[in-house]
Amino acid sequence: MSDDHHRPIPPSPIERRVAALEELLTERGYVPDGFIDEFNRAYENDIGPMNGAKVVARAWVDPEYKARLLADGSAAIAELGFEGPEGHFIKVVENTADVHNVVVCTLCSCYPWPVLGLPPNWYKDAPYRSRMVREPRALLAEMGCPLDDDVEVRVWDSSAEARYLVLPERPPDTDRLAEEDLAGLVTRDSMIGVARLS
Amino acid sequence: MDGIHDLGGKQGFGAVVVERDEPVFHAPWERVARAVTFAVVGNVPNASSSLFRHAIERMEPAHYLSSSYYEHWLTAAATLAVEAGLVTRQELAERADGPFPLAGPVRAGDVAIPAGHGARFRVGDRVRVRNLHPPGHTRCPGYVRGKVGVVSRLDGEWTIPDVEAHSPVRVPETLYSVRFDTGELWGDGQQAVTVNVDLWDSYLEGL
Repeated sequence: MSDDHHRPIPPSPIERRVAALEELLTERGYVPDGFIDEFNRAYENDIGPMNGAKVVARAWVDPEYKARLLADGSAAIAELGFEGPEGHFIKVVENTADVHNVVVCTLCSCYPWPVLGLPPNWYKDAPYRSRMVREPRALLAEMGCPLDDDVEVRVWDSSAEARYLVLPERPPDTDRLAEEDLAGLVTRDSMIGVARLS
Repeated sequence: MDGIHDLGGKQGFGAVVVERDEPVFHAPWERVARAVTFAVVGNVPNASSSLFRHAIERMEPAHYLSSSYYEHWLTAAATLAVEAGLVTRQELAERADGPFPLAGPVRAGDVAIPAGHGARFRVGDRVRVRNLHPPGHTRCPGYVRGKVGVVSRLDGEWTIPDVEAHSPVRVPETLYSVRFDTGELWGDGQQAVTVNVDLWDSYLEGL
């Protein structure tokens, strides 16, 4: 191994800017000790699409839960212990053989954090935000989710208070699977609406 | 404001680039920027998500389009920190040992405070989105202004962001989900597609 490997890489401009703001705020007492780790830890470990997958699997096996979930998403999701920022008003929209729902935020990147975690970059970037409201069928096909012409596409621009979670269709031939195994089939993308489960 | 953030329907951005097995944070600075942003928002007057979002919207358009999500957050946080007097622009540039671009100034002036009133529309009503172009914050996307849709849901009353971002006053108003056909929005013949947008009462007028 050469010595070059140990030479520190100089910080990039964005790293210097973040450090500058962090240092100044820390010196003035606005960023308490440990705040950065505490603040992010849950999203790195405990909050992510595996939470939404549990919600979906429960809805698949329990019709009464599903009814509550569709009527009041946040309350039904809280029954499974998932609450917190961006979770105060979650609206669950159900995919069927005839209806496909897909979620976008054209103004920023609103997303139901308690059930999906923090959004992927593509959800926050200009191509997805500009195109999903304009040409959803074409974009869904491009993203690997082609839909038959007779399937109605409902795009939800979640730019106000509601945060949307798509309830995907239960895949065929899964009658014998337990709830935990069903949750393992549910992907993040299926709950945003850019994929269907097969 | 008719800012660069209002991306719905804009053309020319190309393919959606999906990163396989994407990590929650791509670099340590992203997680620092995220937390520091919340520290700033917790220490500025009239803090709200509307205030924060508007700080991002005020970014210079070329900077907005050429920077990542967490650079948006950092820029907004630094802008709000300077505006609230927590730090100065000079301190940031000196400590960063280089330029520290901030968002542009608030140009909203005194925003009109809508009179609170009950829900004016019901499910099934046809409504037109008002052709409003406020200089400040709004959550009425440009691509639905002037367009006609149908109310599909009433979501109760929520504080209107247009006021929240610029005033300590909080005005609760009915929020609706409004369904638009793509022919109305884009003048094309897409079949079986609706676009549903959640809009505050003040954004709408009856037909």
